[in-house]
Amino acid sequence: MSKIIEARGGAKLHLTSSAAHGHGDNDQLFVHEFRDDQGSKVGMWIFIFTEALLFGGLFCMYMYYRNMYGLDFHNAALRPDIAAGTNNTLILLTSSLTMVLGLAALQKGHKAASVVWTFLTVGFGFGFLYNKYFEWSHKIGDGIFPGSETLSLFPLGEIQFFGLYYLMTGLHTLHVIIGMVVLTVCAVKIMYNSINKDKYIVLENSGLYWHLVDLIWIFLFPLFYLLH
Amino acid sequence: MSHSEELAGSSTAHGESIGYHGPSYGLFILIWIALVGLTSLTVGIAGIDLGAYTVSLALLIACIKSGLVLAYFMHFKFDTPLIKFLVGGCGVIFTGIILFLGLDIFFI
Repeated sequence: MSKIIEARGGAKLHLTSSAAHGHGDNDQLFVHEFRDDQGSKVGMWIFIFTEALLFGGLFCMYMYYRNMYGLDFHNAALRPDIAAGTNNTLILLTSSLTMVLGLAALQKGHKAASVVWTFLTVGFGFGFLYNKYFEWSHKIGDGIFPGSETLSLFPLGEIQFFGLYYLMTGLHTLHVIIGMVVLTVCAVKIMYNSINKDKYIVLENSGLYWHLVDLIWIFLFPLFYLLH
Repeated sequence: MSHSEELAGSSTAHGESIGYHGPSYGLFILIWIALVGLTSLTVGIAGIDLGAYTVSLALLIACIKSGLVLAYFMHFKFDTPLIKFLVGGCGVIFTGIILFLGLDIFFI
């Protein structure tokens, strides 16, 4: 049993009855729990804006160098593996679908389905990392990595291209790993009911983060794998 | 669907029937199919030399894809006016700055 008192601006004070925890029905002890779902969502979006600024700066740098070393960028973009990039695009798009289905399932009250979808999303994250591992290993095996002797013989523009390639896809992969950790925590919390049908803002915000990771990849993919 | 409705709804005795008002699973799957389709398109045309339009076209497809993710997967389309204002406003300014910087770099 719970009561909700709505304050100005949408913040809510949740009064949860302890009756559910073994006391008698008439023994109503209300525990105060302050919750502001709308506020935490706005906070998440503001965090996402800062992420957009972080990657936005790097995209501007990419534009600048691409204009400066057009031909080198054109040639360098022939080197990354299109198949690996395409697979990872499909993996991330599908993981975004499972993420949103996990949230919808929870909102509909299907807890087990939500746990499965959320773990599946983490699984796709592993798939992405697996691909990325082989893609980078292959590049590093070819001697193409920042500071390598092979790369230092390349034209200046190609060195810039691979600097940005490792920086931007690396920073993105770091986001994937963080997202996987956050979503694993969410899945466990759903299992233990601390994220539930009436209280899903943590899963919703984590979902926003995961979709952001997908969104960034949507732009990284053509810029580093297709534009040759 | 506002949060207050959702929460108020679920706290009633018959909350079960009121719970979820968001889009159906089917719509999300359709969006996913569209995203996969656009990915195939952008990979498909990558092999064709379109000269100066290659970059613009690839970025245009990326913008459409991110629009779909933002509108449906990130629930922008179904969100409250406050979130729409914040995300829409910042999105327009951000895209505008990148766009004009791009024009500045490539055409001047």
